[in-house]
Amino acid sequence: MPGGLGALLILAPLVALLTRVDWAALPALLTSPASLAALGLSLRTSALATVACLIVGVPMALVLARSRVRLVAWLRPFVLLPLVLPPVVAGIALLYTFGRRGLLGGTFEALGLQIAFSTTAVVLAQTFVALPLLVLSLESALRTLGPGYEDVAATLGARPTLVLARVTIPTLLPAVVTGAVLAFARALGEFGATITFAGSLQGVTRTLPLEIYLQRETDPDAAVALSLLLVVVAVAVIGLATRRIFPA
Amino acid sequence: MKWWLLAVLLLAGCGGPAANTVTVFAASSLTSPFTQIADIYEQQHPGTTVAVTFGGSADLVAQLEQGAPASALATADEATMAKADWTSPQPFATNAMTIVIPEGNPGAVRGIADLSNPDLTVVICAPQVPCGAATAAIEQSAGIDIAADSEESAVADVLGKVSSGQADAGIVYQSDLGSAGVTGIAIPDSVNAINTYMIAARDTRGREFLDTVLSEQGQQVLADNGFGPP
Repeated sequence: MPGGLGALLILAPLVALLTRVDWAALPALLTSPASLAALGLSLRTSALATVACLIVGVPMALVLARSRVRLVAWLRPFVLLPLVLPPVVAGIALLYTFGRRGLLGGTFEALGLQIAFSTTAVVLAQTFVALPLLVLSLESALRTLGPGYEDVAATLGARPTLVLARVTIPTLLPAVVTGAVLAFARALGEFGATITFAGSLQGVTRTLPLEIYLQRETDPDAAVALSLLLVVVAVAVIGLATRRIFPA
Repeated sequence: MKWWLLAVLLLAGCGGPAANTVTVFAASSLTSPFTQIADIYEQQHPGTTVAVTFGGSADLVAQLEQGAPASALATADEATMAKADWTSPQPFATNAMTIVIPEGNPGAVRGIADLSNPDLTVVICAPQVPCGAATAAIEQSAGIDIAADSEESAVADVLGKVSSGQADAGIVYQSDLGSAGVTGIAIPDSVNAINTYMIAARDTRGREFLDTVLSEQGQQVLADNGFGPP
């Protein structure tokens, strides 16, 4: 019975959203210039953020899972911090780091790079919040797999780089894909950090969640239509990710 | 099996306002004056409490449409009040716009024309919200195209970005001029846009609150907070 209630808690709002959709106007609402700009921007920035997460996250996960240095164990909670931090707090922290009067902001300004209010800021915010998801999923996969295969390869005479390229990464590939898909989904849904740090301008920083937030002020039908779009994308992403975790 | 269902239903029933509470929904730009007017009302009507919910005007109307309880509604412009569709709304204040700059004026802004400079970081309200509609009207009157770097959904966000030094300039309400960290640059009256704030009530207590807002005391509080007369 409690399980049924839990399912209801999740499904009921989705059903409510579906009943609220103006199906006749849906195509027009989804293809308006503002909607297309937001969708294009969301997909581009989330893809870039996922790539950034992979570039930084895979080495991080490897270090966290395999390192025997004590300091690394202490660093782990901080690496996972963005996962539990309220996104708007993450946005404020990023602002005071990369903003004009921030810690590193002055240096970037001197180099002629303005980060705040740019698409770069959006990618930065999304990477910040999505990175722990990738690192976490990868690290747990690494721990489960154990160093067995790598040790065998090493005893057979393979150099560490060869072990990494031919053993570690191929066995990790399913976990990397799952982690990347989760990171992409998180980046796509990012709102609090984006609106605080990057601002909101059509085509530059107004991602799909920000567009929904704005549209609900004057055009609830458009907001519902775009919400439905995000739900469909999210369901597709989750379906893709869990198919790899729980193959049929 | 049924006792917990009863408990859930009972808990759902709790949380409504007490009999002597007046619920008021007000635009967030009215935070300072309405808090003071609420105190005045409570002094004049001992035993009652005023619970004011501040938020974006459009947000509040959306909540009311979904059944949120309120005795009185105060919006930042006529258009939003029209959407709420309450009987006989009345104007109670006006609010003109102003340019704000952070301390030190890093963008060397002197007037409205400077805001069309694409090299400056300018933050304004999105046209979908009352302060943004006013900004768009100013753009049209002055014949300029503001090179905005961000269009916020709430005037408080514009103020925040200017006061923290993220933006070189922003356009907010004149009533926001008292905020820390910003100085104002006046917009000429000939091009300035003025929002008329509307208030409406739908029960006796709400009407009493409305009367307090329209009374001499209420109007003085609004004037002290930078609002213009209705």
